[in-house]
Amino acid sequence: MANTMETNYYDTYPDDNGHFGQYGGRFVGETLMGAIYELEQAYEKYKTDPEFQAEMDKDLADFVGRPSPIYLAENLTKNLGGAQIYLKREDLNHTGAHKVNNTIGQALLAKRMGKTRIIAETGAGQHGVATATVAARLGMECVVYMGAADVQRQAQNVYRMKLLGAEVIPVESGSRTLKDALNEALRDWVTNVDNTFYIIGTVAGPHPYPAMVRDFQSIIGREARSQIINATGKLPDALIACIGGGSNAIGLFHPFIEDKEVVMYGVEGAGHGIETGQHSAPLSAGTPGVLHGNRTYLMQDENGQIIETHSISAGLDYPGVGPEHALLKDIGRANYVSVTDDEALEAFHTLTRSEGIIPALESSHAIAYACKLAPTMSPEQVLLINLSGRGDKDMHTVAAMAGLTF
Amino acid sequence: MSRISHCFEKLKTDGQTALIPYITAGDPEPWVTVPILHAMVDAGANLLELGIPFSDPMSDGPVIQKACERALKNDVSLKHVLDMVRQFREKDKITPIVLMGYANPLEAMGYEAFAKRAEEVGVDGILTVDMPPEESEQFLTIMDSHNIDTIFLVAPTTSLERMDKIAKVAKGFIYYVSIKGVTGSASLDISEVSEKMAELRQRTSLPLGVGFGIRDGKSAAAVSDVADGVVVGSTLVRWIAEHANNPEILPEALAGLVAEMRHAINARDMAK
Repeated sequence: MANTMETNYYDTYPDDNGHFGQYGGRFVGETLMGAIYELEQAYEKYKTDPEFQAEMDKDLADFVGRPSPIYLAENLTKNLGGAQIYLKREDLNHTGAHKVNNTIGQALLAKRMGKTRIIAETGAGQHGVATATVAARLGMECVVYMGAADVQRQAQNVYRMKLLGAEVIPVESGSRTLKDALNEALRDWVTNVDNTFYIIGTVAGPHPYPAMVRDFQSIIGREARSQIINATGKLPDALIACIGGGSNAIGLFHPFIEDKEVVMYGVEGAGHGIETGQHSAPLSAGTPGVLHGNRTYLMQDENGQIIETHSISAGLDYPGVGPEHALLKDIGRANYVSVTDDEALEAFHTLTRSEGIIPALESSHAIAYACKLAPTMSPEQVLLINLSGRGDKDMHTVAAMAGLTF
Repeated sequence: MSRISHCFEKLKTDGQTALIPYITAGDPEPWVTVPILHAMVDAGANLLELGIPFSDPMSDGPVIQKACERALKNDVSLKHVLDMVRQFREKDKITPIVLMGYANPLEAMGYEAFAKRAEEVGVDGILTVDMPPEESEQFLTIMDSHNIDTIFLVAPTTSLERMDKIAKVAKGFIYYVSIKGVTGSASLDISEVSEKMAELRQRTSLPLGVGFGIRDGKSAAAVSDVADGVVVGSTLVRWIAEHANNPEILPEALAGLVAEMRHAINARDMAK
């Protein structure tokens, strides 16, 4: 491993300007610079504030239901005939995915900053639902931007957001997916910057978002690390998580980064196959560039135009990725792989039938890679997968693939 | 002295305010961009802002976003924009041209390759909307070595401390964003603009341009009271959008819009 890992990773990244090596930073229009510094100062102040931490811990326990358990998937382990497979059950969280870990934290911050209006972007709708949920609870106005294509394929989550009192605005520009929703949310923020807090749902965007969202999501890895040691008496041999923007993956990975013997795999959406160009795998097949406030790996053409992505899973359908993953790739600390729509769909059915757990299509990508990796490992080895969300929201998509509508 | 500085000096001597129209390169068709630029200069434009089409223009409203989409349908990217400037310079060696766009197309071409080519074809300035001074150290050095002025934005939300920071690195002129919002949104508040202009003038001797929210001769004239330059963008681009199927009429039509604003600004300048 490179020398970079000899110095303490946690003290090094990000630097004071939000750089993870050459990645990250603050690439936004001047109108937002004041707002992101204001947010950074507030976050720096409250992240060590015992009262803030206590309120967050209480919400995570009583409202979200943390800690989420780890679960030994015995049938899957037996069927694959290799490593022992443990699932970190983020699907059991209130609202059905890991996204709420972050929205709880950011909403409490918004409240302390005196903001009265919350905006968010969403892809699969999980972050939108998690945002609408905390906004409802805190009595704040909530507007969620969602690509028009995603509004169609995630109709149930759209309805959930509306029930929770949020206004869902379909975004018709560009590819009508997550990246366009992010553009539109940034435009809203520029216009309403005085009273509005933008809850970004992943570890991307301008500093301090990648570090802040990671900190809020790291509870996944902190819990999992002690749970797996309790259960098996040792650290896991490998971690697997799916990657769209990368928040559930960094949440799992981050507390293990200095445990150098733990191998990490981030699984991107290969869509119809990397070779077809119809995928959403910037770490596997992209190049560095600047989008949505940070420098990172992007799917772009030779002129620097962002190209349209494809994934069966709306939550992975994004042309960029959090800057910390870009760094972890470059320094070789994490491995980034991809699985296709078909493989993810197969894994969806595999987990459902073998364990009685219906995973989100996003998380199915992690399961699919585990199905490849586990048989190459020995039964003494332990594989920990982040089951980032449950599949209720994907019933329509999966049924449609089987030729059913309801 | 750079073409931009020279232009503002001369206007100052003549007691005139600079009129700075913006269009997106390649909108609605690539061939019409250079004729529009010439026509606008003939109608009284002093400096030209040419937008580099980008797939994800986060700081722009729907008007310029759609202009980018129309241009990208014709595959117009940064290298074509530079070639348009080369064509423009065949006939016009005086009017300064500022390219305006987002960081990623510049990153993809490479700062050095961009700056070298930009200098060769006669680009005078570059405004990168999503590259604040914090991220532009290397960019500034390279642009400077190729005599490209780095234009920066100042917004209503910019603190005095940030104004100092921007004044230190800005060249050519400073562009004040007169509203909180994206391009082409609300109308501006002239007294607020005036206050900011005064704060900026304490920090820089560069000329000050004002843009975002200027829609007609009247608002252009009002801004000319407090600014050295008036930037008009979405109003022109909206007109292009409405006549996108009829591009041959655009040079004359945009010249008409520019002439009207020129007239309104001149009347105000004369009255000072």
